[in-house]
Amino acid sequence: MSAHATLLDKLWSAHEVYRAEDGASLLWVDRHLVHEGSHHAFAKLKARGFGVANPELTFAVVDHYAPTRGRDAIADPNIARMINTLEQNAAQHGIQLFGLNDPNQGIVHVIGPEQGLTLPGLLINCGDSHTSTHGAFGALAFGIGATEVAHVLATQTIWQKKPKAMRIKVDGILGPAVTAKDIALNWIAWLGSDGARGHAVEYSGSTIRDLSMEARMTLCNLSIEGGARFGMIAPDETTFEYIKGRPFAPQGAALDRAMQSWGDLKTDGEAVFDHDVAIDAAKIAPTVTWGTSPDQAIPINGSIPNPDFLKAGRADAARAALDYMGLAPGRPIAGTPIDQVFLGSCTNARIEDLRVAAQVLSGQTAKVPGMVSPGSALVKQQAEQEGLDQIFVSAGLDWVASGCSMCVGMNGDLVGAGKRCASSTNRNFRGRQGRGARTHLMSPAMVAAAAITGTIADVRPLLKGRAA
Amino acid sequence: MEGWRIHTGTALALPFDNLDTDQLIPARFMSQPRDAGYDDFLLYDMRRDAHGNLDPGFPLNCDSQASILVVGRNFGSGSSREAAVYALVDAGVRAVIAPSFGDIFASNAVNNGLLPARVSDADGAALLMALSGKPESASVDLETGRLMIGTMSIQFALDGAWRIKLINGWDDIDLTQRHQSDIQTFSKTRRHNAPWVWPHETH
Repeated sequence: MSAHATLLDKLWSAHEVYRAEDGASLLWVDRHLVHEGSHHAFAKLKARGFGVANPELTFAVVDHYAPTRGRDAIADPNIARMINTLEQNAAQHGIQLFGLNDPNQGIVHVIGPEQGLTLPGLLINCGDSHTSTHGAFGALAFGIGATEVAHVLATQTIWQKKPKAMRIKVDGILGPAVTAKDIALNWIAWLGSDGARGHAVEYSGSTIRDLSMEARMTLCNLSIEGGARFGMIAPDETTFEYIKGRPFAPQGAALDRAMQSWGDLKTDGEAVFDHDVAIDAAKIAPTVTWGTSPDQAIPINGSIPNPDFLKAGRADAARAALDYMGLAPGRPIAGTPIDQVFLGSCTNARIEDLRVAAQVLSGQTAKVPGMVSPGSALVKQQAEQEGLDQIFVSAGLDWVASGCSMCVGMNGDLVGAGKRCASSTNRNFRGRQGRGARTHLMSPAMVAAAAITGTIADVRPLLKGRAA
Repeated sequence: MEGWRIHTGTALALPFDNLDTDQLIPARFMSQPRDAGYDDFLLYDMRRDAHGNLDPGFPLNCDSQASILVVGRNFGSGSSREAAVYALVDAGVRAVIAPSFGDIFASNAVNNGLLPARVSDADGAALLMALSGKPESASVDLETGRLMIGTMSIQFALDGAWRIKLINGWDDIDLTQRHQSDIQTFSKTRRHNAPWVWPHETH
């Protein structure tokens, strides 16, 4: 490896089993995470008569269809069947399962890191586009489709063409209540929802170095919303501290040895990126989406764009989005009445997210109904130990079990048609949270502010006088 | 999977940007097994009113025989759900023409014999314009990378490896079996050099 290698180059070459003449690489997969949605892949495997090549590197988790209430008697037979099918496939192939009632159950992108299954230098695949989350540890992590899931199960490898490298460098100090979610929505609004298509994004700069692991995961998670299949951050002391003592992480001498190899997982000083983007952290405000694509986002003190003043390409999409969202152009986004809130998802339901929301909600009453679904059973337990659940419940919000829940609605947690939801999730697509649902993406702190005011609101004034 | 070189069929315009996978197939249909076909789920909520009746004004409802879709940019962005491709394929679609595609969608498409053909912004706009009145007969040639609609002949971009895969109808698992010994050697070396990759054995 030359001294001009990017983190992407290093991770790629460490996993390349073979490179074909057409440029496609056959890559070794260190960790394969499967969930209920993987049923198509297991069916393909069965049809082809293959087994699972490396069950010891494969982990299954119930999350997409996990009921957040009434787990003992699942009413919907389709949901029960999906969970049952995963349990059967895991048992048949000798794959460890984090089942519905496992004390370590949770959303796949929350429990991977939590359990120490996610480590620097690994190649991690999962049949879910938010697999980019795990790149926060300096891993090569990307989402794959069902045919690819079947391929990884059968061979423990994946064919992939190396993406181009993009660096998003964020420097400076973030303002109060400005979070990783806001950094992400900011660059996606700037570059577009296909702005990083065909690229792996490496986040660097002083702001990124100061982020916690939870925040780094949020940032890498949202890479796909800007079109990047991969997001990554070079591991450092913050990463290593997070990993130590996790159940599946190496320990003792094995950890020392691992740390030696992880130290080199960084972009060399002379390395050149295909695209370089610089962002000033101080200029980022709490950000919310107004439309039906994650790039349709503006600062909380901004106004809903007037399509007549947008570029031709964006104008039609903006008109259609405003129509769907039931919003008028030119008006301030703050003050828009909402019907409900949702705090959850692989993007923003880790302990830090719940803490910041609870800090805003403490002693307050929500003006609208809402639901809080922690990222994992362990996050739920931790939050309950800290008394956060009491703050949410006292405010009038529902405190429920962990799963993908209302981010994607597969478990029946849906937003009604025409209802407006302030949501800590990742996609404001039409119908994502339910047919006709109107989703506004924002940070957990901003979701809390929306709950208290019943409108899309700036959280910053609400935080005055409250302990940081 | 059957390979193909030339496809001739009806081309239809869906002049929308960001037709994401949640719109291509809403999540609530994804628990269904594939056997019965996913064609009914394609763009389900866009094509129907709140009561589930087909909207006669929606382009795809006027000509359900279309096998070539000309669409706006960032088609198939979002989730990794291969069900979005199943819905298209089961509805008889063989090629989608767009200025850009979601990366995961494009891989999934090729794995199911569906062509994600990339054209320039200008060509994409010209095609949408040409098809704005009504669907037209069209043909796609994988070998030459050309799309013919009426008098228009447009070059599309397609990754070389994907072109070969589509033409031959190759399945990656078959292809990978040829590299079985490389994989075994790699696995052994990895286990030796980075034993920490294998999760803690006590669990």
